[in-house]
Amino acid sequence: MPVTVRIPTPLQRLTSGQGEVQCTGTSVTELLADLEKRYPGIKERLCDEQGKLRRFVNIFVNEEDIRFLQGDQTKVKDGDEVSIIPAIAGGC
Amino acid sequence: MLGLKCRECGRVYPKEVIFVCEYCFGSVEVDYDYDAIRKSLTKASLANRPKSLWRYRELLPIDGEPTVGLHSGFTPFFRAERLGEALGVRELYIKDDSVSHPTLSFKDRVVSVALTRAKELGFDTVACASTGNLANSVSAHAAKAGLKSYIFIPADLEMGKIVASLIFKPTLVAVEGNYDEVNRLCAEIGSKYPWAFVNINIRPYYAEGSKTYGFEILEQFSWRAPQHIVIPAAGGSLITKISKSIKEFKLLGFIPSDSKTKFYAAQATGCAPIVNTIKARSEIVKPVKPNTIAKSLAIGNPADGYYATKTVLDSGGWAESATDEEIVDAMKLLAETEGVFTETAGGVTVASAKKLIEQGTIPRDESIVLCITGNGLKTQEPLMNRLGQAARIKPSLAAFESELAAQLADAETRGR
Repeated sequence: MPVTVRIPTPLQRLTSGQGEVQCTGTSVTELLADLEKRYPGIKERLCDEQGKLRRFVNIFVNEEDIRFLQGDQTKVKDGDEVSIIPAIAGGC
Repeated sequence: MLGLKCRECGRVYPKEVIFVCEYCFGSVEVDYDYDAIRKSLTKASLANRPKSLWRYRELLPIDGEPTVGLHSGFTPFFRAERLGEALGVRELYIKDDSVSHPTLSFKDRVVSVALTRAKELGFDTVACASTGNLANSVSAHAAKAGLKSYIFIPADLEMGKIVASLIFKPTLVAVEGNYDEVNRLCAEIGSKYPWAFVNINIRPYYAEGSKTYGFEILEQFSWRAPQHIVIPAAGGSLITKISKSIKEFKLLGFIPSDSKTKFYAAQATGCAPIVNTIKARSEIVKPVKPNTIAKSLAIGNPADGYYATKTVLDSGGWAESATDEEIVDAMKLLAETEGVFTETAGGVTVASAKKLIEQGTIPRDESIVLCITGNGLKTQEPLMNRLGQAARIKPSLAAFESELAAQLADAETRGR
């Protein structure tokens, strides 16, 4: 059973409108590489020229922000759920 | 309003429901035609306009006439002499949104703009993720505008903020988690349901409403910019929008173009991701897990943290945070000196300002504005057992004099 990745609206054009896709990999970095293989062009939206996640991209593994885990080295396993969310929501 | 523009890469988008740049994930911001605005928005034209936030409507992102929040904004701005004396500064002012119409916080500004725009864009349902004030405001304005509303809050909010939403009969959803978790959930709900999430998919329009807090300070301060402004920070948007309000009024020639204003961010010590970043002079905002009584500022992952940090540091300002105890003390100080009952967030602002003044970071002889953005009636819990008590007596003069004997010892009586 692969990892489920939720795709935010602005990137759904690259996934033929799908809000959820399946990927494989053992870490967030590997997951992003697999995502790129399946949906070419998606990685450059998420990462800068050095391959680092962009400032305004937040990634959650099973609802936990990866900045509280091991960043892009955070491990993932089959059945995990990963959300990609723009850092745009705010207000209180 | 011309359209939308990415704050990072400058890509231009039409004025639709777009909140993030498709290419770099930067946030998009409203772009205006200032040459056209200059022709209709003048100091003379403002003199005849209603005293609401809509008096600056050319600088707000709507196409037609305002339809929501017609009585919001234009809250009091006044010199705080007694608090100034207590803090040891010469020229202190308060911009007081604790009495904003109709829901007693500055969120009435952003919601008035967001819902007017949501109606223009054809939405019949509005929604938000909120720590309470935004929840109250979206619920109230949606009721008045006849829109359906879905309001998402952390489950542990103060009773006052829950009641002040429920009274307007929204669909209120209490999520078992902190604000950042509510927000993440709402981002996912928002990509599934076609609702106007005011702080997510119509955020570029919503956020512009905060500028009116700044415009009013400048107008009420006799068309001048104060030298120092202390601003509470949750997501960090208010800091950036007050800064933008000053830039726009300079552009229109309403205030002297050479005036300089320093901005200071105020947060609770138990949730200070922006203050930490400013103090480290860093660009990277590290998220935190909030633990503070200032629930309306308890955003551990501030969306505008990067821009707020940059705005503060570029202005030559600084930042400070306040512990729970300092927050309560500051709420009491503001109440006892200025007669203003603010919520915990206002306590954060006053307490942080006090520290910045004591450190010598804010000079004692220059103009200082404190941003009071919410009302204390909504956050009474932290004050329980922290205030004096009423003297309870039987209805007789004897009981009164016996119970208050100590205070009355020196009191004058009528010569009878």
